[in-house]
Amino acid sequence: MYQFSGKLKTFSLALIALGLIGIVISFASAPSTIDEAKEIIAHQSSHGDDHANTHEDVKETHQSTDAHHSQEDAHHSEVKKEHHVETAHGEHHDDAHAEHVLHQLQNKPWSALYVSLFFFLGISLLVLAFYAAQRVAQSGWSIVLFRVMEAITANLVPTSIVMLIVVIAAAMHMNHMFPWMAEGVFTVGHENYDPIVDGKSWWINLPGWTIRSIVYLAIWNAYRWFIRKNSIKEDTANDNNKTFKLNYNVSVGFIFLFMLTESMMSWDWIMGLDPHWFSTLFGWYVLASLLVSALTVIAFVTIYLRSKGALPAVNDSHIHDLAKFMFGFSVFWTYLWFAQFMLIWYADIPEETTYFVARFNEYKLPFLAMVVMNFVFPILLLLNSDFKSMPWFVLIGGVVILAGHYVDIFVMVMPATVGAQWSFGIPEFSALLFFLGIFIYTVFSAFAKANPLPKGNPYLEESTHFHYYNIEHRGEGSDNH
Amino acid sequence: MESSKVIHAFYNDDEIVLDAVKAVKADGHHIEEVFCPFPVHGLDKAMGLAPTKLAITAFFYGITGLSVAIWMTNYMMIQDWPQDIGGKPSFSWAENMPAFVPIMFELTVFFAAHLMVITFYMRSKIWPFKKAENPDPRTTDDHFLMEIPVHNNVDELTSLLEKTGAVEINLVDKH
Repeated sequence: MYQFSGKLKTFSLALIALGLIGIVISFASAPSTIDEAKEIIAHQSSHGDDHANTHEDVKETHQSTDAHHSQEDAHHSEVKKEHHVETAHGEHHDDAHAEHVLHQLQNKPWSALYVSLFFFLGISLLVLAFYAAQRVAQSGWSIVLFRVMEAITANLVPTSIVMLIVVIAAAMHMNHMFPWMAEGVFTVGHENYDPIVDGKSWWINLPGWTIRSIVYLAIWNAYRWFIRKNSIKEDTANDNNKTFKLNYNVSVGFIFLFMLTESMMSWDWIMGLDPHWFSTLFGWYVLASLLVSALTVIAFVTIYLRSKGALPAVNDSHIHDLAKFMFGFSVFWTYLWFAQFMLIWYADIPEETTYFVARFNEYKLPFLAMVVMNFVFPILLLLNSDFKSMPWFVLIGGVVILAGHYVDIFVMVMPATVGAQWSFGIPEFSALLFFLGIFIYTVFSAFAKANPLPKGNPYLEESTHFHYYNIEHRGEGSDNH
Repeated sequence: MESSKVIHAFYNDDEIVLDAVKAVKADGHHIEEVFCPFPVHGLDKAMGLAPTKLAITAFFYGITGLSVAIWMTNYMMIQDWPQDIGGKPSFSWAENMPAFVPIMFELTVFFAAHLMVITFYMRSKIWPFKKAENPDPRTTDDHFLMEIPVHNNVDELTSLLEKTGAVEINLVDKH
């Protein structure tokens, strides 16, 4: 049985504490008045030499974020576009500009927290979905990894609680990440009235959004609680696989609900940040990003636990299979990323292109670096079959994949909430540390609580003998084939 | 001519034939060929065959397909008959590249797949209407056949093969 070592526990608690301090600092240092925001703007432009384009960048943001920020403008988007081309540099005087920057700076600590939160919540959720898929497919190879996956899903509970807090805070207008939650957006005649968002009010409305968010979290956590309990029950059940079949049936139901809730979750929690913009494959795109990250995390935790001797039944073929999934879903992510981009690029409709314009103008480096990190690098590194079974290659590839998909979530959220005011500093880094600490604490303490081998699973024998024909297991002769 | 004679040993299980191949190799005999009704995992390693280089050719065929696609889209859409793509009349291949990505992808796959199949045919020396080289039709049904060339050691080989569980051992002339 694996023991959650005191050293690792201290390390994770230190990460949580460090992250928490950073989060508190970033919330405390966000400006609360227009004067403070003006000071920051003045400070930014005084660094003119370092950031030659800062001022111009800010102006541009102003223009492009306005194009989809409904509080600022009530006109139709096309009218607005012309309006901005003519007046962006003249009519907007400093006060309006400072107020806009103030909102973005106030959003910053929330957005930093939100990006990391969504990343870790999504990874835990997709591990849960992948695990459910393994049960539904009655796959043989992955049984020895079941307890690893179950342990990772334990992180769903704390991340869901934090998400619940963020959702309630948003619903109580404590943050302004979602522009459609501003006052008067749905009131005809109000200065914030937005006919485009009002047209979608049957879906985007505050009570509906809040209730849906809670329902998603409830469904995912209910399945996790059930399947973890019953998976451990399988070990000692000895009831002619009755528990196993029950787990199968419940997993089928969960996969169905998951596909629905995952799409809706990505509309509500991510696409709603740009309420004018829409993409029909956005749910798939978010799924691909989180799924490849989830498989990388499974591979990481497996490699770590195996190096500690906690997973004697896991062999190189299991690592090889996880790396194949990492490789395959990296390609899948690229396919969806490009499919979304190409259609919007080809049609060139202003209300669709705003999404990419905002990203190309202010997020060029992360936006393009992400394609290299999530596609080119994994392809070249993990193309070779032999490399996929070597833990070091999987680790190097995985670190780049995880960093790349963090950037992906970052670029999904930040342009809509903070515009040109983005950076990677204390708020972003401490949020990452905070959730990493929680991840380590929950995952490894959950792994220590159950038998690392699911003894009662009828496919366990098949899984321990799993051998992909093409690779040589280290430490085994050719007689072991 | 003694050296043109071969022994055909028949087996009726893939695990048994795999163990037999290992035993015959361990005794220092050369195995000319093993005929199977289906692929047996690990047989290539047991026989000491070199790993396939087909994957490397596939990579280069893919690169070829990609290059052809780039050349073709540039020639057709930009040079020979310049097209206004998606309302963006830039007439530059690089600026219209997103529109060509599906073509580049498809031709990469097309070239890799087709040329790889053709390479496989050539390496295996098979082509349409070729007469089957299969020594016994049972190897297409439920039997495995091991072919071992004979060098004045028929008795020794026969007794070895009997021990490995062969269900039938024939000495035949190879044409």
